Amino acid sequence: MRGAISSLSLVRPRTIHEALRALRDDNELVPLAGCTDLYVALNFGTLAGSKFLDLWPLERLRKIEVVGDGVLRIGALARFTDIILSRRVKTLVPMLVDASKQIGGPQIQNRGTIGGNIANASPAGDSLPVLAATDAVVVLASQDAGQRRVKFTEFYTGYRKTARKADELILAVEIPRVSGTQWFRKVGTRQAQAISKVVMAGVRSDTPRMAFGSVAATTVRVPKTEAALASGKSIDEAVKVFEKEIKPIDDVRSTAEYRMTVASNLVRRFWADTA
Amino acid sequence: MKLILNGAERDVVAHPMKRLMDVLREDLQLTGTKEGCGEGECGACTVLVDGHPVCACLVPLAQVEGTVVTTIEGLGDDHPMQHAFMDEVGAQCGICTPGMILAAIALGDKPSLAQIKEGLAGNLCRCTGYEAIYRAIARANTGRQSVRAAVPVNRRAGDRKVASRPDSGPQALQSGGRGPLAGVRTGTDRRKKPRATPDRRKPPGRRSGKKGRQ
Repeated sequence: MRGAISSLSLVRPRTIHEALRALRDDNELVPLAGCTDLYVALNFGTLAGSKFLDLWPLERLRKIEVVGDGVLRIGALARFTDIILSRRVKTLVPMLVDASKQIGGPQIQNRGTIGGNIANASPAGDSLPVLAATDAVVVLASQDAGQRRVKFTEFYTGYRKTARKADELILAVEIPRVSGTQWFRKVGTRQAQAISKVVMAGVRSDTPRMAFGSVAATTVRVPKTEAALASGKSIDEAVKVFEKEIKPIDDVRSTAEYRMTVASNLVRRFWADTA
Repeated sequence: MKLILNGAERDVVAHPMKRLMDVLREDLQLTGTKEGCGEGECGACTVLVDGHPVCACLVPLAQVEGTVVTTIEGLGDDHPMQHAFMDEVGAQCGICTPGMILAAIALGDKPSLAQIKEGLAGNLCRCTGYEAIYRAIARANTGRQSVRAAVPVNRRAGDRKVASRPDSGPQALQSGGRGPLAGVRTGTDRRKKPRATPDRRKPPGRRSGKKGRQ
């Protein structure tokens, strides 16, 4: 391990209120949960921050419930295993179950949380296109300002930057009732244990919604392509719009050209599979 | 920091953010848990926390306080899964083997080949091509003894007996209701178990008994 732990400290709140107070009193505290991203950084010696707040024991944040009119509220600390096993998720947002099953192996699904996936803000986060395509809402809370809600599509303000303030915790994510056919596909180097080259979630309805990971600095929706399809344009025309709407890059995992080809194929596949 | 490790209560004094793997290997001299990639991809460091497989390289010590941790040493050296790996030559270089065996046990009894493949998706082996490993797990499940028998799980620090879990499945490990290490070699599981189906799987965690909260 290249990171040293002797200089690190860990605050261990027993309640959500204790956690919020700790964050208010010390803006340098970094919340941690399942550590499936954070400890990778620790191992590589690239860990940002030295003071951490352990959210793992806050069981109340693991709740998965239906609130209001079919709104699925998933606590930030719900693990991917919790999501995979939840009948409520399976009924309301089955594509989130599909996405969760493709995040790492069982060892990672047993530890990784949806709140962590959101907070980590990786453009390749596999659950994130589902949240973008379903117009989910992130529920944040702070000791002084109470709760506020931010649209998931506005939550990311840049590469690995989020709307979360230093004194705020992500409490939950709320997914409104989805009308239409859900579709999810991840393309990686292998079937299992791979970081996405392109990942897509779609909802087929009169107003189709599509979101992509690994094709931009953040998870993105493609409103122009969606509008083209909603107005009755053919899939060929929509894909032409799409190819101008996304700008994937070359990086260690793939090339811009490959990503563009695969992403366009995913749009076509989505449209054909949900016809 | 108290935890139940391989059936015995241990009070570990170490940095709360020390990786569980380093605590096991350095502080407790349990070197059966191997470090592979250090980033949760290879599964070599797989241990069971409350019966659920996790990568010990990604777990801070503080987060296993009050849990039951099982490492390869907790199986003793006569567990049916260990014998099956030897008999089918499911190990070559051996570095993936402790994690493979623990992940295999966590699958529960009589997993299908598809369940085995899915359940081992987080464990990489670069020697065997997996076929021998799949055969070993199938073989271990042909005996009358439950592969999960007597592996200590779900016991809180201070409890005297191993609690049984009424349901289990591919990712959940069930106790045979036996004592901890003492039963590992000879434990047989006499109680009828419900069939392991995905819907009966329980999420992991220290307080995973709250089924109605999902």
